[in-house]
Amino acid sequence: MTPLSFTESTDKPAADKATAVTSAAGEPPKPRFAAIRMILAIAGKDLRTEIRTKETINAALAFAVVILLLFSYAFDPTSDQVREIAGGLLWLVFLFAGALVLNRSFSRELTNDCLDALIASPASGAQLWAGKALANYVLLLAIEAVCLPVFGIFYNLTWLGQLPLLVLVIALATWAMTIIGTTFSAMTVNLRLRELMLPTLLYPMLIPPVMGAVKLTTTIMAGDPIGDDTIWFRLLIGYDIIFTLLSAALVEILLVG
Amino acid sequence: MRQKAIYILSAIAAVLLTWNLYKVFMVEPDELNQGAMYRIIYIHVPFAMTCGTGFFVSVVASIAYLWKRDLRYDAIAASVTEVSWVFATGVLVTGSIWGRIAWGIWWAWDPRLTSMLVCWLLLVSYLMLRQAVDEPGQRARLSAVLAIFTFTDWVIVWKSIEWWRTQHPGPVLSIRSGGGMAPGMEAPIYWNALAMACLAAALVLLRWRQEGVKREIDALRRYAHAL
Amino acid sequence: MTALQVQDVWKYFGDFPALRGVSFDVEEGSCLALLGRNGAGKTTLLKILAGLSRPGKGAVKVMGEDTRAEVTRRRIGVLGHGIGIYDELSAEENLRLFARIYSIPDSERVVSQWLERTGLQNVREGLVREFSRGMRQRLAVARAFMHQPTLMLLDEPFTALDDRGIAVLQDFLNDARRAGRTIIMSTHQLREALELATDVALINRGKLAYRGARTQEMLDDPTLLYRIYG
Repeated sequence: MTPLSFTESTDKPAADKATAVTSAAGEPPKPRFAAIRMILAIAGKDLRTEIRTKETINAALAFAVVILLLFSYAFDPTSDQVREIAGGLLWLVFLFAGALVLNRSFSRELTNDCLDALIASPASGAQLWAGKALANYVLLLAIEAVCLPVFGIFYNLTWLGQLPLLVLVIALATWAMTIIGTTFSAMTVNLRLRELMLPTLLYPMLIPPVMGAVKLTTTIMAGDPIGDDTIWFRLLIGYDIIFTLLSAALVEILLVG
Repeated sequence: MRQKAIYILSAIAAVLLTWNLYKVFMVEPDELNQGAMYRIIYIHVPFAMTCGTGFFVSVVASIAYLWKRDLRYDAIAASVTEVSWVFATGVLVTGSIWGRIAWGIWWAWDPRLTSMLVCWLLLVSYLMLRQAVDEPGQRARLSAVLAIFTFTDWVIVWKSIEWWRTQHPGPVLSIRSGGGMAPGMEAPIYWNALAMACLAAALVLLRWRQEGVKREIDALRRYAHAL
Repeated sequence: MTALQVQDVWKYFGDFPALRGVSFDVEEGSCLALLGRNGAGKTTLLKILAGLSRPGKGAVKVMGEDTRAEVTRRRIGVLGHGIGIYDELSAEENLRLFARIYSIPDSERVVSQWLERTGLQNVREGLVREFSRGMRQRLAVARAFMHQPTLMLLDEPFTALDDRGIAVLQDFLNDARRAGRTIIMSTHQLREALELATDVALINRGKLAYRGARTQEMLDDPTLLYRIYG
């Protein structure tokens, strides 16, 4: 095993060693799009780890199926009444299962003090947050993509009719969940009662987008035209924009003491 | 100095409240549709005004803390939020009573009351976060950011619940059947609001002093550990 | 050229001052051993230098820039108590991740080189979860210093290392010094650190109790400073 060396190579001739030292001591060049690459690197790392261990995804999916089952005891799944509450049910499932994913977001960085390594790196707080939000978004959408057919099967609801609109609603509302969840995960990462605090802080904050998502989902699944409900689309978009900006601006304060 | 302020504010509040209560109960006639119970509005609405103002003040104090990093701003933010939460509880209780009298149900999903419930939940989340953090600087930092988030959210909540209720009309706590209140009736609300504000300010000052003492004790404890 | 300027730094935890008016400079190319008892404030100070925490009062300048400036974060390398590598990734993936975050040019070659130098090229695809303590430490060093930082911050790097690990780390740090890097190292392992150090600073109860060059006296009697300054 060659001893650790800080210069380019241990067996280079002395002259080369000198040039290696001086050139390496100069400023490292920063490539273009460094920010995007950092964000994607962090997102990719989270996704790779999750796919490898599957710990959070499995727990979230199992939890979702259990909730769907329990709901079937709360009311008659075959009745027409289900159509009216379909939106609400679906989003409750997404919220509860989603919290499991969001909780892990920053807490997975605590082992081996990886969070410190990331904060000290050139990735700014906002970039770190963006990378994690991206990974969470993908995970949440994956879970929802599995839940939706199961939901349709259990409660005999068809949602293929207005699929593009439904996908749009899910995309917007899931982003709302993602950004608040990721930010609050950063907020609670160093707290003892992390698992308890995150849902407590998260759910009241998500009331507006969930309201909009529920209303729109119920309307879409019932096959009704959107009409007046476009106001909820505007709410979702506005909420997403406002809180994405706010999160990106404030997350650095949460992470750096 | 602060002690004196607390006494003076409490005295003003007491005087205003007593005078108003007299006016409300003795002088004002019973309202057309709702009978004697409408008088609860004179407590319910000022409670709500004080709570809303308090929430706003706590956000301003939170931003001030993040800018200056002076823990006194954090103490103000915490005190104001706690007092606002107490007033929010008052709004919910008086609203519930009002709803019971007006429609026979304990909770009416009235849009404004529902927004107040969400406000109450958001304020509780702030208080719970503060309980969960021991280190004062970290506590101040995290709760300041949370205050900004929750207040922004609440403004959005307020609007969205209004929209929801226009689509699902339901009972509304109001005595504005015609669209407005009779001129003479509005005044006690504002006087009461002033009285509540004084009371709230007194409570905030009390709480603020408590926060300062707690920080001192905390520091002394750390000194002791270090020795 | 001054690599690091610590100017009247105070750090409060609530009203309790963990650091009290700490001021010192570190010249480029020197190696500073940061000494002090447990709870004296060494880790608190290092966290501030690494940009993980902000001072309550005062300022820290790394090559004239703020600790949180992006250019500073590219120039420093940090090896803390926790080693900062991911258990669920392979050695290779860990280094590649940080190579991308630090925008290291020609990253594949650099990653391969460091895997070779740390003797991990045969387990490059193995998950860190399965590595021994020594292997993890070596990978951590690669992770922390792969991007050729000019200022290296180490918090108790010799702790819990076996003899081989200590020798490897000493070699590495000597090499870095010869390459003109600036090193700041907090430590309880007095002998190893003092051998490497050119300068010494002692923190006692949040205050800077001693700051000066490392002398032969200190090498001969490592606990000397603790006896004089606490």
